[in-house]
Amino acid sequence: MSAEQFFAELRRIYPADRLLTGRAQLAPYESDGLTSFRARPSGVVLPETQQEVIDTVKICHKYEVPFLARGSGTSLSGGSVPIEDGLVIALNRLKRIIRYDAEQRVAVVEPGVINTAVSERAAVDRLYYAPDPSSGPVCTIGGNVAFNSGGAHCLKYGMTSNHVLGMKVVLPDGTVEQLGSDSLEGSGPDLTGMFIGSEGLFGVALEITLRLLPKPEKYYTLQAAYDSLEKAGTAVAMVVASGLLPGAMEIMDRLSMDAADAAIGAGYPKDAKAVLIVELEGTSDEVEAEKPRLHKVIEESGAYIIEAARDDEHRLKIWKGRKSAFSAVGRLSPDFIVQDGVVPRTKLGHALKEIDKLSEQYGIRVANVFHAGDGNLHPLVMFDGRQPGGLEHAEELAGEIIRLCIRLGGSITGEHGVGLEKRAYIGEMYGEDDIEFMQQLRRSVDPLELANRGKKLPSAEAPALTSVGAHPLEKQGIISRE
Amino acid sequence: MQHDIPTQSFGPLGEPMADAIQKCVHCGFCLPVCPTYQVHGEEMDSPRGRIFLMKEVLEGNVELDEATPYIDKCLGCVGCITACPSGVGYGELITAFRATSEEKRERSVVDKTLRKFILETLPYPGRFRLAATAGRLAKPLKGVMPGRLGDMLDLLPKSLPPAQKLPEVFPAEGERRARVALLAGCAQQVLAPDINMATLRVLAKNGVEVVIPKSQSCCGALAAHTGAASQAKQFAKQNIKAFPPNVDAILTNAAGCGSGMHEYALWLRGEPEESAAAEFVKRVCDVSVFLEKLGLRETPSLSAPTKVAYHDACHLAHAQKVRSQPRALLRTIGNLDLVEIPSGDICCGSAGTYNIEQPETAGQLGHQKAQNIASVEPDAVATGNIGCMTQIETHLREVAFGKPIPVLHTMQILDRAYRGEAL
Repeated sequence: MSAEQFFAELRRIYPADRLLTGRAQLAPYESDGLTSFRARPSGVVLPETQQEVIDTVKICHKYEVPFLARGSGTSLSGGSVPIEDGLVIALNRLKRIIRYDAEQRVAVVEPGVINTAVSERAAVDRLYYAPDPSSGPVCTIGGNVAFNSGGAHCLKYGMTSNHVLGMKVVLPDGTVEQLGSDSLEGSGPDLTGMFIGSEGLFGVALEITLRLLPKPEKYYTLQAAYDSLEKAGTAVAMVVASGLLPGAMEIMDRLSMDAADAAIGAGYPKDAKAVLIVELEGTSDEVEAEKPRLHKVIEESGAYIIEAARDDEHRLKIWKGRKSAFSAVGRLSPDFIVQDGVVPRTKLGHALKEIDKLSEQYGIRVANVFHAGDGNLHPLVMFDGRQPGGLEHAEELAGEIIRLCIRLGGSITGEHGVGLEKRAYIGEMYGEDDIEFMQQLRRSVDPLELANRGKKLPSAEAPALTSVGAHPLEKQGIISRE
Repeated sequence: MQHDIPTQSFGPLGEPMADAIQKCVHCGFCLPVCPTYQVHGEEMDSPRGRIFLMKEVLEGNVELDEATPYIDKCLGCVGCITACPSGVGYGELITAFRATSEEKRERSVVDKTLRKFILETLPYPGRFRLAATAGRLAKPLKGVMPGRLGDMLDLLPKSLPPAQKLPEVFPAEGERRARVALLAGCAQQVLAPDINMATLRVLAKNGVEVVIPKSQSCCGALAAHTGAASQAKQFAKQNIKAFPPNVDAILTNAAGCGSGMHEYALWLRGEPEESAAAEFVKRVCDVSVFLEKLGLRETPSLSAPTKVAYHDACHLAHAQKVRSQPRALLRTIGNLDLVEIPSGDICCGSAGTYNIEQPETAGQLGHQKAQNIASVEPDAVATGNIGCMTQIETHLREVAFGKPIPVLHTMQILDRAYRGEAL
């Protein structure tokens, strides 16, 4: 069975303008939010109905063509980089909110619905969808499900998996299954949970039932300035130890404050080495009661400026700056690697100090901006890819930071996923048996390894990749890209 | 984003193009604000997709002709610049790309003819008036005209206002507070000469003397944004010479012209006039910016309570970052209730000659904009760009709303308020 027949069958479903095969049509799909990885698919389809998605998956299965289901392509781990010569199923036109029930507090959405569009729809009823990745106005719910996305407020509310009740999915062989239901208390194993965060290895979500929450009545957002990153890190552990559970706790260092200020004019404290953003939220009574407790802890932590958001506009600005920080670092450096390691909260201060040392040792600037509350670091390792060896040197440093996280008892990824970028490190995080079990599970659903082949798990058939340089582990012969 | 663009081989524009591409981190924050991405939902029709495509073309990996259908679909609204956290100079990239690629393009005979017709007509008020009159007469023939020519006819008003001869100097009333020069605009002079007259009266009322240099030409924005680089350069050079140095500012009252004039240094990069252009650019500003800074001498009032929706012209809001000034001026007017338009950041689809070149996308965007405007039920729409006015008027007619909603320039509204009229 040939590629020609494969495309002939696709053409029966798609008109020419929804089956892209031209060079110029495919090029913009070669990368996601991590441009150092690129791969060229053989085609991109733009389905407009769930049935078209199902039929496409069936055709892929029949011809054994690997496929990638893609949303807005904002992945920071290369999770939505195409599979070389595979098919891309771009779900951007499946963006209907199929059912919205304010009384039941659920919304059933298609995978191409944008994250913030759910909260916008629910705003009239003072409801919202809690997971708030920084790319919220861009990224899709389908992508959030695939990568179990978090965000600033997952400290209090948890990740995507805590907010998805059920799903209708198409498995890699084209069969359609219902996982979970509208109810929070399902029976049997948590298959929805298994699907979430699988990075597309178990198929494509067609309908996702989301849980909506009542909007907090009141927010209280403060910024605390510190003369060292370590102090800010320690403050986070102190806040949590005091028994408070803020909605979000975020830290930005000087470099990321500068970048975000240049982009948004957020007005972070000048001269501070680090700023800690803490947001209390809840009923007015709760927030009022927690305020003095928070101020006391922050004062004790050595903050030299403590400033509350003046009004809602100021609060949104603080957040907009924070959420634009990754992209804004593009102003400081032509290239950078965004990392996503996690350390136990109590070791945050220590980890930050170590990263600072490594940065100095390598002579590479590292900006830090992260979800401090849950110990999720996002060091941004800056380099100039046009300098010979620039990327390799930066990747070496990035590797050291990841190993530091593992050593401290944390994780290689908090929310961005393993994708392509961290596939080499999953073997350091889990034992061989653990990975073998994951492989078995995956192959029991997708024996041909068609769905997003080559991501997350070491693959029998690794995809050929175009990267700008060899990965350090590749050079050591630990991994290979054929 | 890394690139391998042979920067030198693209002349003086190579560097600004490469700089913009290098700054892009492919994060996708531009997707939700891009009108064509909203309409088409595909990566090639997004800013980040186009940046990638332009990079591929400049690197020699993708043929220019394969990429142009997607580059051409860009409205040049530069909403993506406002949204971009990394500070990518998308406007400079697309203008430079169009300028450097135009001569390498293969266009069909129909395309070439239409393009030549537009570039030889629109920038010249006399020729445009003639063509518009002829076109108006040809309206009944729309059915037998080829598609795009027919679409052009749709945009022409039922009747053209009489031509208004502009004076060379329009004196200030009372004590003179400032002296400025005004760009008269091309299409605007033909389609809505009242905008210039209203601008002159409002400025005079506020003690501003206005000089309208006779030797000025079209601003060149239309040429630049369609890749006709040499025509754009010629206009820019002519205007740099035509506008006198002894005025407090060079004013524009059409957003498209203002943003075009702010690009003169880019257009003339590598030319002997480059530094003169950079100086010139510093003196150019929109009439609303100048007037708001100067402060209104007396605050006028409309004769009846009026709800006015302000439409952000992309070339004011995104290209020149002018948002607050026209709103502030309108808010000072008595009896005027200013309201915002939902999704106001998204382009109306006018964008220079876009509604002639990409009528389908332009039509969808125009329709959306009209619906959004109608949703807030205004009595009138205020904006600062003739292109938007024509587009919005056309589409507001399609949206059933009971009463007609006039679309006026901010200066026209001020003018009527000074005269104590209603809108």
